Amino acid sequence: MKKLLPIIVLGLAPLTAIAAGSAVPDLLAQYKSQGAADFSAERGKAMWSEKHVQKKSGEMVSCATCHGTDLSKPGSHAKTGKLIEAMSPSVNAERLTDPAKIEKWFLRNCKWTLGRECTTQEKGDFLTFIKNN
Amino acid sequence: MNNKTIFGGLLMTAFLTLSISSIAYSDDDHGHEGGVFSRTSDVPAVTNKQYATECGSCHFAYQPGWLPERSWRKIMGSLDDHFGENAELGDVTRESITNYLAGRSADTLPNRMSRRILSSLRADETPLRISELGFMRHEHDEIPTRLIEGNPKVGSRSSCQACHTQAAAGIFNEHGVNIPGFGQYDD
Repeated sequence: MKKLLPIIVLGLAPLTAIAAGSAVPDLLAQYKSQGAADFSAERGKAMWSEKHVQKKSGEMVSCATCHGTDLSKPGSHAKTGKLIEAMSPSVNAERLTDPAKIEKWFLRNCKWTLGRECTTQEKGDFLTFIKNN
Repeated sequence: MNNKTIFGGLLMTAFLTLSISSIAYSDDDHGHEGGVFSRTSDVPAVTNKQYATECGSCHFAYQPGWLPERSWRKIMGSLDDHFGENAELGDVTRESITNYLAGRSADTLPNRMSRRILSSLRADETPLRISELGFMRHEHDEIPTRLIEGNPKVGSRSSCQACHTQAAAGIFNEHGVNIPGFGQYDD
């Protein structure tokens, strides 16, 4: 059993290695391969609070409407008020670990906020900003 | 075993089945005054993890038994404009959740609330908002608007869990009601 233990521990290592933000490098590489230039946390931050008029409701909305400007704090859904866990990988270990989840929310939230899908450049800027905050 | 014993056993089983189902179907208006199946006035809790995760991340994961199948299909077919929000899902996830909702919709349930909801709808009516069902308006008509719409901690009837403390378990009888800033509510 003593001999087996290190093998078991090594075997588990890949499972525990899923760290917050782990999905970002691959996604950024993918966006670049699709034509995006270098990514900027500054641009991501500026876009985060940039307000857009929603066609249907006529309301001014931004990412911060639901997520707030301090990414280490939880936000709340603009309509239902449901709690949205903090976006920052530094306080929320689950953030930016699942590429499918990231793309799903980009699709929904870009359409809700900007009225269109985000470009790969914008998505990369957002990820870079969120990962560093 | 002779024929008599078999016949007796069958008869016994039939009686038992009948009496159990009559208890299950004869619950009173408030469904909590005892009896083996005192919870039949409530709706079966959500059992599908995918539905709970995907839909419950933005709002209370309403039990499928609140709407007929045609309503769920319409809702799931228009997720790009989900009451003004974009709630799009990938095809595989959307179909899987639609199947879950359809399979446990009000049409499939024998419980009191689901049957009352169905019978209050015209055949050509496909309601999308649970909170606007005639049944739901009726159940809440004695509650002053200041306790729901005018209550910042509630906001609307769509936030079931704000007052129905056991809503996630599908329990909506008045004993589980606790209105924020007001307390228990007994009508």
